[in-house]
Order: sequence, then structure tokens, then C-alpha cells
Amino acid sequence: MKWYIDSDRPIYKQLVEQIELRIISGVYSPGDKLSSVRDLAMDAGVNPNTMQKALAELERMDLVFAQRTSGRYITEDKKVIDEVKKALAFREIEQFFEKMKLLGFGKEEILTLIKKVEEGENSNDNTKR
Amino acid sequence: MIILSAKNLTKSFGKKIALSNVNVEIPRGRIIGLLGPNGSGKSTFLKLATGLLVPTEGEITIDGAIPGVETKAKTSYLAERTYLNGWMRAEDIIAFFEDFYEDFNRIKAENMLKELNINPSDRLKTMSKGTKEKVQLILIMSRSAELYLLDEPIGGVDPAARDYILNTIITNYKENASVIISTHLIADIEQVLDDIVFISKGEITMTSTVDEIREKYNKSVDGLFREVFKC
Repeated sequence: MKWYIDSDRPIYKQLVEQIELRIISGVYSPGDKLSSVRDLAMDAGVNPNTMQKALAELERMDLVFAQRTSGRYITEDKKVIDEVKKALAFREIEQFFEKMKLLGFGKEEILTLIKKVEEGENSNDNTKR
Repeated sequence: MIILSAKNLTKSFGKKIALSNVNVEIPRGRIIGLLGPNGSGKSTFLKLATGLLVPTEGEITIDGAIPGVETKAKTSYLAERTYLNGWMRAEDIIAFFEDFYEDFNRIKAENMLKELNINPSDRLKTMSKGTKEKVQLILIMSRSAELYLLDEPIGGVDPAARDYILNTIITNYKENASVIISTHLIADIEQVLDDIVFISKGEITMTSTVDEIREKYNKSVDGLFREVFKC
């Protein structure tokens, strides 16, 4: 999996999001050991202190835990992972609704559209943005 | 823990003031971007830190000491122009550095030459501009210094090698060492920086962390630079 850092948002936040995504999507499995800060930083092409900050944030969220001598591990608590997954889904949906509102759609319209696209009935709107 | 400190640092060349009353403290364990337009005093600042220039007023100290023999042993400096002779082969320069600096790691240098496909028996003068720059940066980063001063390290280097070099910088410095990089290729390096120092007309106009800038201005450092220094 590649790291994507865009230019205008804090780097550590983007790292947190991408590691989150890796945990949720199973790239990292529960209980997996994470590489060292330096190796992760090198892989992502970012500053080690920034990676450190991102990992500290993930620890605070209980997605990652540190074992004093042997490094950092992905949580084994599936509940925590599920919660983060849900939160992320909400965030995505909210952003989607924001965008659709900007396009001038009301809530009901959006829901109908989603259904249509899902059923493959609409040939215009299911193209990618 | 401060590795470099400047107090009221001023340098003038005749009537021309290159640096004016600069106050800055650089802690250990950081990668700092010294960013400013052409002629803003970046190279002058680095040369003062190496002892190649002496201040007109004020002072600059490395690990508490005025630049001299002691500080040079722990400072690794990449000059904007090379001081190495064109007839030298890469391997000659490695031997040269090994004699000169106690903290030089020959194996590291040889490995990096190999990884960048540079033939150690090639002479400097037969190399392209970018390859020459790579060789010099390899030498500089193969020292286990406490302070690295890199004056425009990636200007002539292709983007692929740039990534390699930036990775070298991230991975090769010790935790208690700091790296100061002067450049105007900000977009390429901002991901590896902790802090930035904006310098303009010989004065420091802003010091911040990279993420603070992104948080505050919703802009990359590169974007902010282009706005602040718009011509």
C-alpha cells in the first residue's frame, strides 16, 4: 500500500488517517507488530518526528499499543477497530452529503439517486467523478 | 538541548548587510528547512555556522562553542560550490574524508555509491552535475555528525535520486543530531522537515513547524512561501 500525502493538511493527521485505513481494511491485522518509527517514516518519506506524533495519536485512540521493550502493536480489540470503522464511514457519508448538497440535491433526492445508482438504472450518474 | 544558537548575529560585506540581527535556536533531533528567496542570506548563515565567515556583530555557537576546530569535528557541511578537485576519483575522496574526519563511515559511503550506481573509480570531472552533487552529499551524510548543514543539496539531482537522498537524510542522522537544509525546492522537501525558518533580506521573518503552518493557513509551506515572497 502506498502512502499519499497531500500538500495542504497537517502531515501527521494524514498519517493517522492512512494507518487507520490500513488497520480497518486489514492490511495490518490485529496484534501485528508495526515497523520501527524510522522504517515507517522512511517508507512514507516523512520526518521521523512526524511519524512518531502520528503513532502517539493512534495510541491515544487505542488503535495501537506500545510494549515497553519490543515496539508497537496493532490493537487486538476488535471493538475498537469496529468503532473506528464506523466513525470513518460516518465521516465519508457526511462529506458525500455535503458535496451533494452543494450540487443542489435534497436529502430525499440523494437517497433515491443512491438507490438508482446501486441498481444500475442510471447510465449518466454512475460514472466516476 | 540546543545544538546551534545565534544571538544578534549580523554579517555585512562592506556596506551590504547580508544578515541583520538574527536570533535563532536550533534544538537537537530536528530537520530544519532554511527557506528564503535568492540572496536572502541562507548561505551566509550556514557559512557563519561553519566558521568560514566570522560575524560582524553578535555571535553564533555550535553546542555552546564558537565555530573552530572543536565544532568542525561535529559539523558536516555541504557547500554550495564544491571544494574538491576534479581529478579526484570518488574512491580518492572517500579516502580523503576518512583521513580527515574521525566520524566518517567508509562502508556507508561505499554502499550509497553502489545504490546510486556511481562508479567509485570515476573522476569527479567526468561526472554530470547531478552525479557530482550526489557524491558530495553521500560524503557529507556518511559522517556521524551532530549538525549537518546542507546548502542547496538537491538542486541538480533528478527526482528519483531526490527521493533516495531525502530518505538518506531521514535515516542517517542520529537522534541527537540536527539537519539544516537551505533550499528553495520546498515542495520536494517539506515532508521531511520538522521546522521551517523563513529568511528574507537578511532577517528571519518566521519560524514554525510544518504542521503548524498547514493547520493555521490550510496551505503547504511551499504555498505559503509563494504567497509571502510573491514577486
